[in-house]
Amino acid sequence: MKFEFTVEGGDFSNAGTASSKIKRILKQLNVDGKLIKKTVVALYEAEVNIVAHAYRGTITADINSQRIDILLQDEGPGIESIEQAMEVGYSTASDKVREMGFGAGMGLSNMKKNTDVLDLDSKVGRGTKVHIVNYLNNT
Amino acid sequence: MLLTGWQWTAKQLLKMKVSEIVSAVEGTLVSGQHLLSQEIHYGFSSDLMSDVLTTSSDHLALITGLANSQVIRTAEMSDIAVIIFVRDKKVSNEMVTLARENDMVLIETAFSMFKTSGILYGGGLKPLF
Repeated sequence: MKFEFTVEGGDFSNAGTASSKIKRILKQLNVDGKLIKKTVVALYEAEVNIVAHAYRGTITADINSQRIDILLQDEGPGIESIEQAMEVGYSTASDKVREMGFGAGMGLSNMKKNTDVLDLDSKVGRGTKVHIVNYLNNT
Repeated sequence: MLLTGWQWTAKQLLKMKVSEIVSAVEGTLVSGQHLLSQEIHYGFSSDLMSDVLTTSSDHLALITGLANSQVIRTAEMSDIAVIIFVRDKKVSNEMVTLARENDMVLIETAFSMFKTSGILYGGGLKPLF
């Protein structure tokens, strides 16, 4: 099953809407609660990143009996150094993002902790792709 | 394992009902009237949602001074059952709507984060770390 959502950059009041909908879908599919939580925490971190850093983005969730596969693609400034961005404590977030309780430089490492596969691909000046996979038989 | 009387009592004490939390912090319940008998085992105090997203326990109450819709979303993703807003931070209608959709308890208190945490720690909630 494939589901697609759009995300607007800077729209903090709706940040998390897509993650919330995907959480509901996973619950309806009776996916294990711990796996749902891991998946949506990583997804929400990634969705907030689009709102915080990009102009707009799409989230495509592809779910089957083997795995949850989520691709987040944004149009935005991109990440100059993925290696640096993965470091705990490194952040380029604005004051506005920090006021919302984010921007502590913990997001990418937390995404990694909660996923079986995390791939990041970014082009400066164009955008970022985040690919998340969690396997259903891995809990 | 058979618990002695003292151990059994101690184990029972290491949790609080939502109703007990509301009265302990002299709080106002703004969402979750039907969840008053729910039992909470852990407490976590933070204004940093990035930190809240690293928690992995169930039956957890979040104590925070931050009041915006991302706090509710963060709690939703982290399966946090109860949020206590300290220092008279007001919960907006939008936050209440989101909390109701997710069967979440929201409590407002005039107490500081330090005082709220101290009372709930003394009342039986365990720390995560």
